[in-house]
Amino acid sequence: MQNKATVNSTIDTQNIQAILEKHAADKGGLISILEAIQAQYGYLPEQALRIVSKQTGRSLVDVYGVATFYRFFSLQPKGRHLVCSCLGTACHVRGAPRIVDELEQQLGIKAGQTTEDMEFTLETVNCLGACALGPVVVIDGHYFSKVGKSKVKQILEQARQGFDAADIGNDERIFPIDVACPACQHSFRDETLKLDGYPSLKLDVAVNGGRGWVRLSTLYGSSTVCSEPEIPEGDVVEFICPHCRSQIQAVSDCPRCQAPMIRLPVGGGGTIQICTRRGCKQHLLDLSSSQESPDWL
Amino acid sequence: MITLKINGLTVSVEKGTTLLEAAQFLGFPIPTLCHMEGLSPYGACRLCVVEIGEAPKSRLVTSCTYPAEEGLTVRTASTRVLKARKMVLELLLASCPQSKVIQDLASAHGIRQQRFKQEHDDCILCGRCVRMCEEQMMAKAIGFRSRGENRSIGTPFDAKSEVCRQCGGCIYVCPACQLRCTYTEPDKAICGGCANLTPPCAEKEQFDDMMCYMNPCVACEIKKD
Repeated sequence: MQNKATVNSTIDTQNIQAILEKHAADKGGLISILEAIQAQYGYLPEQALRIVSKQTGRSLVDVYGVATFYRFFSLQPKGRHLVCSCLGTACHVRGAPRIVDELEQQLGIKAGQTTEDMEFTLETVNCLGACALGPVVVIDGHYFSKVGKSKVKQILEQARQGFDAADIGNDERIFPIDVACPACQHSFRDETLKLDGYPSLKLDVAVNGGRGWVRLSTLYGSSTVCSEPEIPEGDVVEFICPHCRSQIQAVSDCPRCQAPMIRLPVGGGGTIQICTRRGCKQHLLDLSSSQESPDWL
Repeated sequence: MITLKINGLTVSVEKGTTLLEAAQFLGFPIPTLCHMEGLSPYGACRLCVVEIGEAPKSRLVTSCTYPAEEGLTVRTASTRVLKARKMVLELLLASCPQSKVIQDLASAHGIRQQRFKQEHDDCILCGRCVRMCEEQMMAKAIGFRSRGENRSIGTPFDAKSEVCRQCGGCIYVCPACQLRCTYTEPDKAICGGCANLTPPCAEKEQFDDMMCYMNPCVACEIKKD
């Protein structure tokens, strides 16, 4: 509640307008609209709900009723990291309440609250379906199994550091992949600039009416990126092949931030989908795809 | 027309009539709380339960929402119905003991015990006020919020509503807050049961039979004899 006023003033009416226009066609798409708003802001601002109610012709009571009914929706701003502790039966008997106590003590908040520096939100869930691994704690989608009281401090520290700061070279989840243009099949590999010690992938981009290039790390799992001009966090870009100049068409919507996702063929067969929003790390690697591997391999 | 049997009596009603309306048409009393003429049926309070179907496969339904079916057998006061109704009333009484409407219903149904923890809520979530606001006042200023044990009725964000005209319709129809039961011992779960007591006029000779709304007053007539 304390930062409601400050957050409200930063709401961009145009953003919500764009979301509403996107969902204008589907009747009864209130939940999809609210989901998109929550994806954008991390919560449902009061002002946003008022705009939704006015623009869609639904009464504010109905919109508010839906927003408070589903646990997924939050009317309070959430912290940067979401800590979810399971309190299901199996986790409970294995000492989950003690873990919640420890989390509360470490963070200095009660379950359901957010720390004052907006870093952590602590929540409890009733079952995550991973009962054999209990007690389970989930931080930003990363599962920690058989969490003991002594492990709490360590995983919170890990969350603070960020899970993306992975150990390149030692982590087997990180490996180089080669990506090509879906239209002309030319590889995007660019030897002139190295990222993470490997040749980078160079694509042209159009953003906010301007043109430029972006270099992505060739390592799957790494989110290192550099661009010219600098792309602001949260902006959606259009990717253009530097060889055939064709724009790479979006194939789906990002499940995390609703921005368009593009699909690119991967050397060795398969495809990878990446989100076109700067800062969003959503991606989908599909190596089982039956697509023929490009002939440049 | 649809023909059905209520408490052994055959009745023909138009399509779309609810069991409650059919039973009331025949004169069988069914207690209601969330039902109100002019508002859409809601089936929240479960007080109007009736038993439908034949014995081993019979089931309880809320008569205010159940439309009449051809050849249906309905029992409005079977042992099972009365037992269920008493349980519902006892639960309602536990959540809202200050409501005179509920206290009167409880004493009329012979509830003499309270086995549940009293909550002293101000609301039984019957939704009468919500429907009043939406259907009769066309305002939609209040509605249900949240879910489960946190469910409540009120305005969005608990802020003063822009669409509320302060008509007071919501308070007027509320069974929980329109009348407070002023029972003598507040710590007791069940009030003195004033609905069961003899009317005050029966004790005092100076009041005539017109003291109460019943004319002639049954209780007064009996007392005189």
